[in-house]
Amino acid sequence: MRRGLRSALGIASAAALIALAGCTTDPSVEPADEGEGAQEAPAEEWFDQELYDQQFKQREVDPDGPEDKPYLQMINPKMGDTSEFKSDGGKKMCFANASISNPWRQTGWITMNEQLKELKKNGVITEMETRDAQDNDDTQIADIDYFIAEGNCDGFIISPNSTAAITPAVERACKTDKPVIVFDRGVETDCAVTFIHPIGGFAWGIDTSQFLIDNLSEGDKVVALRILPGVDVLEQRWAAADKLFGEAGIEVVDYFTEGDPAEIKKVVSDELAKGDVQGIWMDAGDGAVSAIEAFEDAGKDYPVMTGEDELSFLRKWKDTEMTALAPVYTNFQWRTPLLAAEKIFQGEEVPTEWVLPQSPITAEDLDEYLDRNKGMPDGHYAKFGGEDMAGYPQVWQDRVIP
Amino acid sequence: MNPRTPEARLGDGGLRRLIGRAADPRGAVVVLLIVILIAIVVLNPSFAEPGALMRFIQRVSPVAIVAIGQYFVIVSGEFDLSMGAVVTAQVMTAGHLIGEDDSKTVPVLIIMLVIGGVVGIVNGLATTLLKVPSFIVTLGTMLVIHGAVMWWTGGAATGNPAESFRQLGRGGIEGIPILGLLPYAVLILVAVTVFAVWISRRPFGRTVVAIGDNAEAVAFAGANVWRTKTLAFVLSSLAATVAGVLLAGYAGVHPSVGQGYEFTAITAVVLGGVVLGGGRGTVLGALIGAFTLESLFTLLNFTSVPATMRDAIQGAIIIAAVAYSGVVFAKKRRRPATSATTSPTNDQTDPSTTSAGTLSPIQLTGGDEAARK
Amino acid sequence: MRTQLRRLDTTALVYLALIGVLIIGAVLVATTGRNFFSPGNVRDILTGMSVLGFVAIGQTLVILGASLDLSVPYVMSLASLVAAQTMNGSDAMVLPAVLLTLVVTACIGLANGLIVTVLGVHGFVATLGVGLILKGYLDTNYKGTEGSVPWSFQLFGATGVGPVPISTIVMLALAGLVAFLLVRTRFGHHLFAVGGNSEVARLSGVRQRLPLIGAHIGSSVCAGLAGLLLASRLGVGSPTVGSQGSYDLLSIAAVVLGGTVLMGGRGSIWGTIGGVAIFAVLDNLMSVMQFNPFLKDVIRGLVIIIAVALYARRRVIARRIRFADAPPGPNIATGAVPERDLEIDRDLETDGDLETDRDPEAEREGSRG
Repeated sequence: MRRGLRSALGIASAAALIALAGCTTDPSVEPADEGEGAQEAPAEEWFDQELYDQQFKQREVDPDGPEDKPYLQMINPKMGDTSEFKSDGGKKMCFANASISNPWRQTGWITMNEQLKELKKNGVITEMETRDAQDNDDTQIADIDYFIAEGNCDGFIISPNSTAAITPAVERACKTDKPVIVFDRGVETDCAVTFIHPIGGFAWGIDTSQFLIDNLSEGDKVVALRILPGVDVLEQRWAAADKLFGEAGIEVVDYFTEGDPAEIKKVVSDELAKGDVQGIWMDAGDGAVSAIEAFEDAGKDYPVMTGEDELSFLRKWKDTEMTALAPVYTNFQWRTPLLAAEKIFQGEEVPTEWVLPQSPITAEDLDEYLDRNKGMPDGHYAKFGGEDMAGYPQVWQDRVIP
Repeated sequence: MNPRTPEARLGDGGLRRLIGRAADPRGAVVVLLIVILIAIVVLNPSFAEPGALMRFIQRVSPVAIVAIGQYFVIVSGEFDLSMGAVVTAQVMTAGHLIGEDDSKTVPVLIIMLVIGGVVGIVNGLATTLLKVPSFIVTLGTMLVIHGAVMWWTGGAATGNPAESFRQLGRGGIEGIPILGLLPYAVLILVAVTVFAVWISRRPFGRTVVAIGDNAEAVAFAGANVWRTKTLAFVLSSLAATVAGVLLAGYAGVHPSVGQGYEFTAITAVVLGGVVLGGGRGTVLGALIGAFTLESLFTLLNFTSVPATMRDAIQGAIIIAAVAYSGVVFAKKRRRPATSATTSPTNDQTDPSTTSAGTLSPIQLTGGDEAARK
Repeated sequence: MRTQLRRLDTTALVYLALIGVLIIGAVLVATTGRNFFSPGNVRDILTGMSVLGFVAIGQTLVILGASLDLSVPYVMSLASLVAAQTMNGSDAMVLPAVLLTLVVTACIGLANGLIVTVLGVHGFVATLGVGLILKGYLDTNYKGTEGSVPWSFQLFGATGVGPVPISTIVMLALAGLVAFLLVRTRFGHHLFAVGGNSEVARLSGVRQRLPLIGAHIGSSVCAGLAGLLLASRLGVGSPTVGSQGSYDLLSIAAVVLGGTVLMGGRGSIWGTIGGVAIFAVLDNLMSVMQFNPFLKDVIRGLVIIIAVALYARRRVIARRIRFADAPPGPNIATGAVPERDLEIDRDLETDGDLETDRDPEAEREGSRG
């Protein structure tokens, strides 16, 4: 008897939840196109010769666009018409963000909000609603569907959490006939008006491994410190570097450290206990300093090293005067989506694939970038590209996450 | 309290007797540790040099200290999942507040200890007085602490703390004969271990074990259950704080320092023969468990096992270790389990145990009462 | 009134809490000029419930049996990959792929169950270890998303009746089925008995191992279903999709939030669904209000502790009333009421009440004399 009551209550409550929702009957989730679901399975190996060659060349290209505004520069652009989106008045953008769970994304997110403040002043973009998926594909798909149904969005900005998985949701956003802007990681569809990204992982891998190869000799040993397996942006960096190291006869061992400095220090210390290490290669700069400190604590000579443009690494590089290179996964790309949205609503052409420059910080540039980023926290990224904005430098120094 | 509690046995016999009893699961962990260490030395002879060994102990110290803290919570029958978040929070606090200013080292150190103490008190009181299972309490505090510290620092601390602060985890006393460098972390680990062993032989330590075995009986015997458990949580959080201080020195400041430490600590404690659900285990067991786990990782670094297979090997080894101890105990235990076997030895504290017919709240790993007979 | 509240069982209290959260949500969302109960928002909430719901149903089974399952995230990832690779875009392979996925996950559950029961390894360690082994397998063998799900199967995750996604309906149907199994079948009764007090259950003639093995198989299969749903929503299999959502800890939190006792033996599936719904509503609310993601975690953590504290407090109060006449023992004086006493308090039974001939609860009561 009591059990029956309880079950009834449970079912009734569940039913109430459903009933409260009203009886609408148009799920916005519709097939993209019959049969379109059956895509090619992505290749198991990350190395892609065509993409590699393309990025190899793009590294040498002088980008188009204003010299002093790298976030508006573009490499080999193929411009696309946006006149269909031209309209007046203030626009609301909806931003489906993958996460702000690492210092790179946090820095970019702060920059993006500063950019938003500027655009609000000219009245083109009046509002940006953001949903943060906290690194979860499933959440991000739900976020995009929510925006489609409830967001009243004039346009979408999507920073995909992963490439293949977010593709169907991006296609649904495109179906709304509102402009869709994708940046950072890509998706497997070209329905977006523009896809904004720096040159890419292969270019990173080429720049960094070439630097090490140039500064080392055959038979030298490089320890590769990688964050995680299975993330395309990171795997492509390693795919290119691994290939070039192999060709140059450099001995290389790779480890996954999840960017944890304690883990990095242990790994490097163990490698130093095994024998001399001449080079350190990283697929992202998190924890670079602890790798260098492992050499200090073991009393060994500094290695030739590639890190990232995170300030902790640049500062340590300056202090130790080691031979190093800071490759860049262009952080200022976080400014570009909103500026692209402005252009699109004004009917200006934008590139269908907006390739931003990605040039590493070299020993010659080091002092300049340290100077520009004085007072910034260690987790800040040197090429954040916000020097010309009103909040500079206070906002980035305080690092208050909006 | 029964004089032949595990602590007593370990203390009396020392390592040599344990090795002699390789079949004893706790002895088996020591054998496993020695086998791993020998394997490392075979692969890399320089590891056996005193200086390198000191560096190794320095590296294990944070994990070992966290495991010792977790020991008190686990042996009382609870979990502390918030340790990793506390480590992260302390590392970030050090980086954010100390900065390059040496004079702030001591005040900030005090702040960190206060934070650690408060977290422990909250965990303990929510578990004991509010009756929320510790798994849930510490899961909640884990989310709260991590979220709060990330929100406060914007995900990146200002920078590494001053070198004077970092010396604790990174530096040591130089010029020691034979050893070369004696890291401060090793001294801190020794101090923590001595303190933990001492306190585990005091009434507090014995009560904590008894509570894990049978909280009801301990309460009937007049002991203060909530105060003892809360103190266990405070010890755990303070251990995480000390580990945070060492890691800020050893590794530097980064939001990913400390991530996953709660599971590492629990794994180490369990490897060391401490039973989840409480009532069985020793401080030294937890310490040996931590060393075994870390030397296993080091061994994997010295072999050419693919980086991605490490988790799998770690998983297989913890299951095997715990299963082994369970199977050995099951064999030793001739007579079938009755409700009385769960706590036959704590005669002084729990006269009501058998009549109450209670089992420890979470199923034990086969129980190790046999070892206590 | 207070007495009536006290007599409400925990499940009802969970749903009262849910209604409370819904009201708060509706008010807060209204302040932003939106409708909390609009179809898009309801679909967002229900979608948020589906995946966690599947996992939590399975997690309820193992927790009722006084075990835990920390391997679920990796089981989910593996399931999504097995499904997507077997289907490989072909409609004809949908059914074989689903069956294969269920078989594979059932085998993992069997392994978990055997390690817990036969080898006597605590569920926490056993499933943590199995999870790590699966993680190693996934990381070694998969480099990113693989396989492809045909459109017919994507419909499972993508369509709905009105604002209610099919996946939610399937999840609720599964909840109904499992609730029936727990309350009406021998398996369910024995699981409650073993989880409540394995020793008394054994003395009452219940085989201790089988129900727990069954619960672990159930948990892995439920995680497998969650993986299938994720594969359907993502269109591909992903080696990280399970760990992305921390479904291990969140599902345990949802189960306890739903009033199931972490030490086993008491609780209900409908309570768990309520707990999952509270999480989903809370997440939706914080997303609509555009909370800082770090603050979201803070609030989630606080809600978990405070909500469970409310149920737990209630149990303590109820017990005091019941034993009001008895002279206060030392434990009552210190406020340390051992959990076990409370569990015997049959007045507060949730769905664990077993009105069968061989009632282990009664046994336990009896064994206390």
